[in-house]
Amino acid sequence: MISADLNIILPEIVLAVFAMLALIGAVYTGKDKLAPVLVWASAAVMLVMALWIGTTGGQDQTAFWGMFTDDAFSRFAKVAILLSAAVVLLMSEGYMSRHGLLRFEYPVLVLLSVVGMMVMVSAGDLMTLYMGLELQSLALYVVASLRRDSERSTEAGLKYFVLGALSSGLLLYGASLVYGFAGTTLFSGVIAAATEGHMSIGLLIGLVLMISGLAFKVSAVPFHMWTPDVYEGSPTPVTAFFATAPKVAAMGLFARLLFDAFGGAIADWSQVVALLSLLSMFLGAIAAIGQRNIKRLMAYSSITHMGFALMGLAAGTEFGVQAMLVYMAIYVTMNVGTFAFILSLSREGQPVTDIGALGMYSKREPGKALAMLVLLFSLAGVPPLVGFFGKLYVLQAAYGGGLAWLAVAGVIASVISAFYYLRIVYFMYFGEEREDALDTGGSPVLWGFLMVSAFLMVAGVVNLFGVEGAAAAAAATLVN
Amino acid sequence: MDNLLSIVTFLPALAALILALFLRGGDAAADRNAKWLAMIATSATFVISLFILFQFDASNTGFQMVEEGTWIMGMNYKMGVDGISVLFVMLTTFMMPLTILASWDVKLRVKEYMIAFLLLETLMLGVFMALDLVLFYLFFEAGLIPMFLIIGIWGGKNRIYASFKFFLYTFLGSVLMLVAMVAMYADAGTTDIPTLLAHEFAFADFEVLGIHIVGGLQTMLWLAFFASFAVKMPMWPVHTWLPDAHVQAPTAGSVVLAAILLKMGGYGFLRFSLPMFPVGSEVMAPLVFWMSAIAIVYTSLVALVQEDMKKLIAYSSVAHMGYVTMGIFAANQQGIDGAIFQMISHGFISGALFLCVGVIYDRMHTREIDAYGGLVNRMPAYALIFMLFTMANVGLPGTSGFIGEFLTLMGIFQVNTWVAAVAASGVIFSAAYALWLYRRVVLGDLIKESLRTIQDMTSREKWIFAPLVVMTLWLGVYPAAALDIIGPSVEALVGNYDTAVAAADLGGPTVAEANH
Repeated sequence: MISADLNIILPEIVLAVFAMLALIGAVYTGKDKLAPVLVWASAAVMLVMALWIGTTGGQDQTAFWGMFTDDAFSRFAKVAILLSAAVVLLMSEGYMSRHGLLRFEYPVLVLLSVVGMMVMVSAGDLMTLYMGLELQSLALYVVASLRRDSERSTEAGLKYFVLGALSSGLLLYGASLVYGFAGTTLFSGVIAAATEGHMSIGLLIGLVLMISGLAFKVSAVPFHMWTPDVYEGSPTPVTAFFATAPKVAAMGLFARLLFDAFGGAIADWSQVVALLSLLSMFLGAIAAIGQRNIKRLMAYSSITHMGFALMGLAAGTEFGVQAMLVYMAIYVTMNVGTFAFILSLSREGQPVTDIGALGMYSKREPGKALAMLVLLFSLAGVPPLVGFFGKLYVLQAAYGGGLAWLAVAGVIASVISAFYYLRIVYFMYFGEEREDALDTGGSPVLWGFLMVSAFLMVAGVVNLFGVEGAAAAAAATLVN
Repeated sequence: MDNLLSIVTFLPALAALILALFLRGGDAAADRNAKWLAMIATSATFVISLFILFQFDASNTGFQMVEEGTWIMGMNYKMGVDGISVLFVMLTTFMMPLTILASWDVKLRVKEYMIAFLLLETLMLGVFMALDLVLFYLFFEAGLIPMFLIIGIWGGKNRIYASFKFFLYTFLGSVLMLVAMVAMYADAGTTDIPTLLAHEFAFADFEVLGIHIVGGLQTMLWLAFFASFAVKMPMWPVHTWLPDAHVQAPTAGSVVLAAILLKMGGYGFLRFSLPMFPVGSEVMAPLVFWMSAIAIVYTSLVALVQEDMKKLIAYSSVAHMGYVTMGIFAANQQGIDGAIFQMISHGFISGALFLCVGVIYDRMHTREIDAYGGLVNRMPAYALIFMLFTMANVGLPGTSGFIGEFLTLMGIFQVNTWVAAVAASGVIFSAAYALWLYRRVVLGDLIKESLRTIQDMTSREKWIFAPLVVMTLWLGVYPAAALDIIGPSVEALVGNYDTAVAAADLGGPTVAEANH
């Protein structure tokens, strides 16, 4: 029995053991000198795990009496998490060692948070949910303040920690209420309690509190306050990490909780999620207009995107989950490219985050500017780029779920948000040439990721690389 | 050739890709190669597209040369042409080589310029051929990207404002159409346009937020599509982006904008609004009539007081598009025939007028009407060509401009005499502003010192105008060349429309009944 269970969580065990060995090994040997090797090794291990999870495992199974679920949904999310985390690690290596930030703890912490994320998307019990969430969050709090001598970075870490603790508190309180009224912490038990006629008022309050906690993790309005500050304060590679894997994990967990535990009371949470979605889309779109710092701008952009992904969930249908998964996959791909671009911006070796500095960048770096142009239009959701299909998916889901008003609001928000993406295009292509121009050249790794990401945005129009089918299968196992 | 349409559509994009990947260096030789490649690609596209015209069977009212392949999300890659779209395809392929030729003197970032125009051609052709709802939207919207860059990079002084206004205005219009498309997909279960044309969308009245909607779902969908196409057309009062975009765009950009991009709105009305939502169209037709009539009179008057030549022609375009929308929603044979004819003819005429402005702008670098006068003394050839197109713009019999205006007025007269009367006054206004413009720019004595040395048109410029002159006159004296192709498809469209409206039984006299 136990060996079968352990077999199911083998990927998580492998990663956790590798992280611990790496930690011990590095402490007793070269410490920070070992960091570059560790980064590459961790990325390699994660890629192998992604390949393994992606290619094996046919049937759905649970471990530890239902506390841990291994199904197509969790596998889809895990592959997305592992791939994006590995890619971000690879992108960070050059940047961090140039700025003396590359400590051996960094890859270890990323690995641990990834283990946490994998547990999150597989959670089948409130306990598992919380364990995964905290493992992920604690590791993230530390990486946010990785630049120990920078006020901004420590502030980011502290802010993230304090607000994160608050949200964890809300979540725990909600979980305890759910346990109290359902009599069990297993999702399968909670869903049984919820389907018996109406959901009791205690369960309802528990549900709302848990949604609040999770909304914090996906940075949905009105729980988004930490996002711009943490994005701005953290070192850029860490920001890139925040914008990708943890978002997928949090959305995955969100979907899992809503459907596995509260799938019997869709009408009860659909309105709440729809409201979160609406507010996120508009606040993200409007607040980003005033931003000059590209990292803050991307923070608000991610808030808008989370609003769109939540639109899929709000529909409360299988297609809605599929739409959310496709949206997240596309979102992560776009963000990897965008952050590869941001990481490569520097002036005399110093990182630059002011968008005004991009004046006439297209003259100096036509290839990179073009790739970024593609990504920006894709982020804005303009066809024929792949970002448009993500939007189309969630719009279809929302309309099908009876939320036509949300779909209309969503497209209006997307027009507002198009403005600030266009403004970056404006700086790069129509702006004034500047005296203090940005450096050209730069890391081939970043260049490669930027180009690949942009290429995927264009080529994906043919068939979306089969993400559709995988997401459909994943959604089918979650909603049944 | 089984996939003729795809070849025509993607040939320019292929050339753009070659330019982007293989053309290196920014010297004069590279620029020349870029120009020649663009010229060859657009000309080849035109020549191949002639086969579409040869193969086209006008008596067949269905879609022809259809290609189909599976795509994502249950949608299909499906292309085809019918009597309504085939001439727009030809117009596009015909205008593009002229546009490239007109851009021969571009100095700034020639490679990118040519890539933008080639991509734009692919996207415009795709709009007219797409037979899948989402595929149509994809091409329709994607065209914004190259046009945004064309205005923003190669435009005039105030180009930033104009490019943002252009993009956001049209984007806002189209996203509502996207929601409507999602709703259509949910209702009909397919995005295939031929199937949707046969699908009957619900038209039972319902209430939204306490407002009683006559025509129900059809009216709602119609309004969403209208938001998009009316902005694109553009119709009064959402036309304000057009003068800005035209004035700031480079000459070739203005030509494409006026000759082809504006036609997408009219094409959309004919492809979607009228046949798919006949009841919605019927309910909303009076609104369109009066908006068109106001557009014709109001924008003609606005054109009268313009100081900038491009702005004047831009306002005149809005007025001419007023005839088109009026003709389309008259929903009878003459009205729709006239609307399509007017769009094709306006493509040649307005394109030529913007080129005329371009000719003197290239020499004097100003578009102020006051800066000119008496050009006939130094530029006789130019004066002749400008006069021809001024007359065509006014709608002088013998030019193609007359046929379109006459047919649309005839169509609307049968449906709503008052609108026809108001719109007919636009003919006089257009004569006023066009002739006055001509008088101020070309006639009179050459008193401006700066114009003393101005040169007449070069042979390259003359070659640009030659095909446009031929087309304008040919369609003017022999309109059947176009109307025979359009006719059968329009007849089928009108027939279906009348049947659908009669079946809906809206009560009270309808446009369809007035037609009989």
